[in-house]
Amino acid sequence: MSTLTQLDAARMRKHVGRKRVNAIALTLSLGAMAFGLFWLAWILFETVRLGLGGMALSVFTQSTPPPQELTGGLANAIVGSGIMVALATAIGTPVGVMAGVYLAEYGQKTWLGRITQFINDILLSAPSIVIGLFVYAVIVARFKSFSGWAGVFALSLIVIPVVIRTTENMLVLIPNSLREAAYALGTPKWKVIWSVTLKAARAGVVTGVLLALARIAGETAPLLFTALSNQFFSADLGEPMASLPVTIFKFAMSPYENWRQLAWTGVFIITLAVLALNILARVLFRNKH
Amino acid sequence: MDMKVETPVGERIKIAARDLNFYYGSFHALKHVNLDIPDRKVTAFIGPSGCGKSTLLRVFNRMYELYPEQRAEGRLTLDGNDILDRKLDVTLVRAKIGMVFQKPTPFPMSIYDNIAFGVRLFETLPRVEMDERVEWALKKAALWTEVKDKLGQSGASLSGGQQQRLCIARGIAIKPEVLLLDEPCSALDPISTGKIEELIHELKTDYTVVIVTHNMQQAARVSDYTAYMYLGDLIEFGPTSELFMKPKKKDTEDYITGRFG
Repeated sequence: MSTLTQLDAARMRKHVGRKRVNAIALTLSLGAMAFGLFWLAWILFETVRLGLGGMALSVFTQSTPPPQELTGGLANAIVGSGIMVALATAIGTPVGVMAGVYLAEYGQKTWLGRITQFINDILLSAPSIVIGLFVYAVIVARFKSFSGWAGVFALSLIVIPVVIRTTENMLVLIPNSLREAAYALGTPKWKVIWSVTLKAARAGVVTGVLLALARIAGETAPLLFTALSNQFFSADLGEPMASLPVTIFKFAMSPYENWRQLAWTGVFIITLAVLALNILARVLFRNKH
Repeated sequence: MDMKVETPVGERIKIAARDLNFYYGSFHALKHVNLDIPDRKVTAFIGPSGCGKSTLLRVFNRMYELYPEQRAEGRLTLDGNDILDRKLDVTLVRAKIGMVFQKPTPFPMSIYDNIAFGVRLFETLPRVEMDERVEWALKKAALWTEVKDKLGQSGASLSGGQQQRLCIARGIAIKPEVLLLDEPCSALDPISTGKIEELIHELKTDYTVVIVTHNMQQAARVSDYTAYMYLGDLIEFGPTSELFMKPKKKDTEDYITGRFG
């Protein structure tokens, strides 16, 4: 009888201890979440507060003005960013997805796969200024000209490792039983990957592309040495090209009030555009099945 | 190692294994298996976990080839033709020998496309015929009445038992000759299990069915022939009634009476 009460008492002690640990862990994680959300909300608030005021039709129709002029907009930077980000994503996505498919479906446990993974990890964590300087050395210095193409190339070098990594991770998560079920019908391997595993991992792969896109939309360093900037409107990729981040970088550091206002407007536009793309892609690629 | 094969009397043989060995790396998982699977009958593989019954099933459609460290040796024939021959395209073998797995594995697509997927691999059918084929397969798998109004919905939206019948329908839709069932009911409730067992009964008029099961009552209920395996050896093989009522080997008797396993 005494052993039973002893057992009960021991259970109670453990129970109380567990509840305490649970309360501490929950408090800590809630605190961490609040800490993160606090800064995020502040950033968004400041962006809206300082950027919204500058929003006008002229921002989209006029190019960047000289200092201390009252007119002017960001049309050249918006178009330049749009072209370069779109092209870099269009180049980087298929390359990244295919390389990710190789790593997850073909290269597992092979030396080539391991080496590719290792190099990709290095590329993934390479500072973007290194990529900018690399493209400067191999393209800009060789052709003796800054150009939109050099910017596109630098940005796609940032997209590729992100997409490779997320594609590979998402495909590895697909249970082998699903692959086996597809093979059991006599499906050839490429078809299993295309119609079953990639399709099952679609939402994750799209998230990876969006992450990469959001990242390059705000990248300044790789464009500084490649696309440089352009005061005038230009859609010619052979010429130096304006972009939002570089323009923001230049304008925000300037002493001129009209430039600083445009910089905040640019920040607001980037944030809004990335948010809109995220929502759009999630609606379009929602896992219907 | 005896090469004696207990050929089922008076049956046409669909699949024959001769001195079949299987290795996971260096582990010898199937040892000199000699076995004849009769045509249009249900054959059950029973035995304790790790005895090699699922492994044997996965040799039949060369599923093991997906894993480079696994290999099979020996002779395995379907209607007298060697199917372990590396030169023979594995997709053609699998088109004739379908498989249903332990856990339901609906593809990430609609119910209709889940069935049509396999059919499209080997046949180009006009829409009307494809509709008919899908309906036929779903009816065969006793699922049609439950899904006929929601063919466009995701396969994953079905219940576990329905998903498993969907997988069976998907397997039947490509009109294989053999259907391999790897513990198809182990994740299902008794009602779904009952439906699938009924289905197995009906399937054997058209197909050769091989089922791996942990459940001896299930083997006794659904199969015509039973093979008892232990540690990679085929211990005993014969008509189900004989194997359960008067087993020839003591090991088999111990297992089916529950004294072991």
